[in-house]
Amino acid sequence: MTYIPICNLEDIPVLGARRYRRADGKVIAIFRNAEDRVFALHDRCPHRGGPLSQGIVFGESVACPLHNWCITLNDGCAVAPDTGTVERFPVRVVAGQVELDPAAGIATELACAAE
Amino acid sequence: MQKMKLVVVGNGMAGMRTVEELLKLAPALYDITVFGAEPHPNYNRILLSPVLAGEQTIDDIVLNTRAWYDENGIRLRTGQAIVKIDRRAREVIAADGTRESYDRLLLATGSNPFILPLPGKDLQGVLTYRDIADTQAMIAAAATHKQAVVIGGGLLGLEAANGLKLRGMEVTVVHVMPWLMERQLDRTAAGLLQKSLEDKGLAFRLEAHSEALLGDDAGRAGHVRAVKLKSGEEIPAQLVVMAVGIRPNTALAESAGLHCNRGLVVNDTMQTYDPRIYAVGECVSHRGIAYGLVAPLFEQAKVCANHLAQFGIGRYTGSQISTKLKVTGVDLFSAGNFAGGTGCEDIVLSDPGAGVYKKLVLKDDKLIGAVMIGDTIDGAWYFKLIRDGSSVGALRDRLMFGEANLGDTGHQGQNRAAAMADSAEVCGCNGVCKGTIVKTIQDQGLFTLDEVRKHTKASSSCGSCTGLVEQILMATAGGDYSEAPKKKSMCGCTDRTHQEVRDAIRAQHLTSIPAVQAFLEWRTPNGCATCRPALNYYLLSTWPKEAIDDPQSRFINERSHANIQKDGTYSVVPRMWGGETNSGELRRIAHVVDKFKIPTVKVTGGQRLDLLGVKKEDLPAVWKELDMPSGHAYAKALRTVKTCVGSEWCRFGTQDSTRMGQELERALWRMYAPHKVKLAVSGCPRNCAESGIKDVGVIGVDSGWEIYVAGNGGIKTEVAQFFAKVKTHTEVLEYSGAFLQLYREEGWYLERTVHYVNRVGLDHCKARVVDDAANRKALWERLQFALDGEPDPWHEPDKARVDLKQFALVGA
Ligand code: SRM
Ligand SMILES: Cc1cc2nc3c(=O)[nH]c(=O)nc-3n(C[C@H](O)[C@H](O)[C@H](O)COP(=O)(O)OP(=O)(O)OC[C@H]3O[C@@H](n4cnc5c(N)ncnc54)[C@H](O)[C@@H]3O)c2cc1C
Ligand code: SF4
Ligand code: FES
Repeated sequence: MTYIPICNLEDIPVLGARRYRRADGKVIAIFRNAEDRVFALHDRCPHRGGPLSQGIVFGESVACPLHNWCITLNDGCAVAPDTGTVERFPVRVVAGQVELDPAAGIATELACAAE
Repeated sequence: MQKMKLVVVGNGMAGMRTVEELLKLAPALYDITVFGAEPHPNYNRILLSPVLAGEQTIDDIVLNTRAWYDENGIRLRTGQAIVKIDRRAREVIAADGTRESYDRLLLATGSNPFILPLPGKDLQGVLTYRDIADTQAMIAAAATHKQAVVIGGGLLGLEAANGLKLRGMEVTVVHVMPWLMERQLDRTAAGLLQKSLEDKGLAFRLEAHSEALLGDDAGRAGHVRAVKLKSGEEIPAQLVVMAVGIRPNTALAESAGLHCNRGLVVNDTMQTYDPRIYAVGECVSHRGIAYGLVAPLFEQAKVCANHLAQFGIGRYTGSQISTKLKVTGVDLFSAGNFAGGTGCEDIVLSDPGAGVYKKLVLKDDKLIGAVMIGDTIDGAWYFKLIRDGSSVGALRDRLMFGEANLGDTGHQGQNRAAAMADSAEVCGCNGVCKGTIVKTIQDQGLFTLDEVRKHTKASSSCGSCTGLVEQILMATAGGDYSEAPKKKSMCGCTDRTHQEVRDAIRAQHLTSIPAVQAFLEWRTPNGCATCRPALNYYLLSTWPKEAIDDPQSRFINERSHANIQKDGTYSVVPRMWGGETNSGELRRIAHVVDKFKIPTVKVTGGQRLDLLGVKKEDLPAVWKELDMPSGHAYAKALRTVKTCVGSEWCRFGTQDSTRMGQELERALWRMYAPHKVKLAVSGCPRNCAESGIKDVGVIGVDSGWEIYVAGNGGIKTEVAQFFAKVKTHTEVLEYSGAFLQLYREEGWYLERTVHYVNRVGLDHCKARVVDDAANRKALWERLQFALDGEPDPWHEPDKARVDLKQFALVGA
């Protein structure tokens, strides 16, 4: 895995998000929860493509700003009864730096379908 | 770790509902065993009536299939009645001697039909109406015999009679009381009901006492042949159904020494006197009441499951109930106290020719009861008003004519849920049609409005179709399933209502979201997208200059100070005071549109310009170069003050409405509120600024200004109500501002002024603003204090705590 530094943890507000744009234009949303854990998801809601980075973050979920679907941050799955998944990306905090591997997207189709 | 053992006695609607709720909360906590005396998996008892009537089959009404029990690892023992509870050994013992030990026991044994102690009650052909076996026996009897008597003219009796009639029998209903369904209907309504049932071919004997059931074999245990009344009349019948009431089935509990008093006595957490033993359903007596309808039982189930799951949250405090009769073609609805009494007023509408009768009972300006027959479209709405207990004074004149009559843009003429085509759209916001809702209710076995919302999205947005969805739910699921909470909690994170939260914030002087959540024992670590914005508003409006805004608890529009669009871009609406602009502003707008390649510029319905399709990264620069104030088109705040040209130009103008509007807008902008706030000022009663549908509408007349409040032009058009007449501009500012401050302090989050005023009553607002000059001045001062020095987020982002880093991308 090739992690690259993105920003400082402090650059992301608690219960908030920031956006990272890949060279191919794809936007990745990086979330921070109340316990300072970070999560990275493709910035596209499985419903109609709403930008998840703009939603309200609570617990380990984000509510999409367009029609309020709720997406779980650690697995990218929509919360029942809604169904769908968002691609997620490896992300970690090292010495206060947020590091992301924007190339290693993981689709979670199977894990969620089994739910 | 070994799982705890939960044993459920009673495989019926309340017991299994509790298990379902429990699995949702704590799927792995218990090892569950269910005993059911009936040989069937759990089925929808309510729908026995449509089965009897031949409208559905037994297979249609199964709620939990055997496969469902297997999938959830639940051992199901059907056809096994529990005969004894050994509380010492913590074991239950079944009729065949099987023993099962428990850590927690749930009793849900339902009730038994009451059997009149008449001679001949044990004859063949004498039945009660409670379960599948009874229903099948009735269906069989109808196939071989001609005449039936139903004893009891209540809900069950009439449904039984109707079903038997549809199966080809001649049916007579014998009832002791002077009219049918006396516990749900007044005499007039019952008379209409009786007439429509007579039209369907049923016969009635009212005030008739059954004396004996006569057998075909003169006294010996043969087959029933007739019912003999005290009057001497003998009504021939080869089938007699007794439907004279139910008794909580407490025999098992009593034999185990549990305290019973017309039901197994439980507390607000659904525990019996033995804390390891819980009970729910018809067998239970809660605060002295044993319920016989499913809606309250499901509420009990929810509370019980929460405690079994060891969350320990929620108390059951009792329910309001409503009744519908499931006889196709007969519309009947009854809820609350329909009989009235001292201090009550009745509003009655009666059209016997058309078979329509409606009676509404009011007390202290609140709706407390309703009976309807022939036209029950508004049942769900009235029931909601009864449950909410809010003031209906302002609606009084129109109450009788129903919700549709209050103006219901885009939904008129679609009220008859049953008559709607499957392809007809019910929810305009989410594009959900009736067929989808019906299918989802059936496939997923849904019971409550909330569940339908979650699964179909219908009624989950603007809510204007809620009544319709409730009706479809009733029509499809069979009963009135609308959950009946007396108080509505803010969201799933808490049981507190909006009012309780507001009160606590003021009384305890709470000034931050974590403080409120800690004090009121929120059950989630940091709330959710529903409660956080509400809490943020309550804090800011209660403790201005003291509570600190939390941008992460605001919806994106208020966090980025622009409206998010479907493609993730934003729109920018600069303020144009009173809808007036000038060449300088228009030039700057044109320049910004070109420079940032903004794709669309549109004149809004609020008399200003909307720049649509702005990239998030460009927002700060766009604001700067526009050099115009924020229009707050994105906020729960003062939006626009629409004006007409007024006396400066217009040949009819009596007052300078443009200037008045601008004064109001300058005084009130940056004012956050429970919901958005819109004003209008017209220069004469021709009302070109449409003041009649605004939160505050002002109309100039020769002698001064008329002020109207609580209008709404949105989802449901509501005409504003006359508030006060004043003379000067200063007074217009003071009265309008004081009214809005009252709304800011008392309104619930996302409650527009119309809903707020409907809840508290217009008189309440008038008493505090119009009649009480000192209070009015105090309100107006508090508003000015709150607004004083408030920053414009577009131009003083630091002061407004705008998170400026959000606009840029990271890692670039
Ligand atoms: C832009 C505009 C339509 C237009 O192109 O003319 C508009 C656009 C939206 N309206 Fe509106 N409304 C606009 C005038 C109105 C009006 C007319 C008026 O203000 O005179 C009404 C009826 C009057 C009223 O509010 O009583 C109106 C009733 C609504 C409602 C229903 C509110 C209600 O309580 O029933 C909503 C939904 C809501 O707020 O929850 C809504 C919601 C919306 C939202 C914010 C939907 C959303 O959540 O994204 C739209 C934002 C689009 C955007 O990004 O700009 N809009 N909306 C108008 C902006 C006026 C302005 O200058 O600020
Ligand atoms: C024909 C009919 C129409 C109705 N229509 C409506 C309506 O329109 N709207 C409405 O809200 N309500 C209606 N009801 C009432 C509703 O069905 C009941 O309120 C509801 O079923 C009660 O649920 P419960 O779990 O308490 O009892 P039940 O559903 O009766 O379940 C109790 C179960 O426990 C079993 N049991 C009892 N003792 C033991 C034991 N010792 N061991 C093992 N098992 C035992 C019983 O066999 C039964 O299966 C109707 C009822 C009937 C009969
Ligand atoms: S602008 Fe208003 S009416 Fe038009 S689509 Fe959006 S919310 Fe609906
Ligand atoms: S796009 Fe996310 S909820 Fe619709």
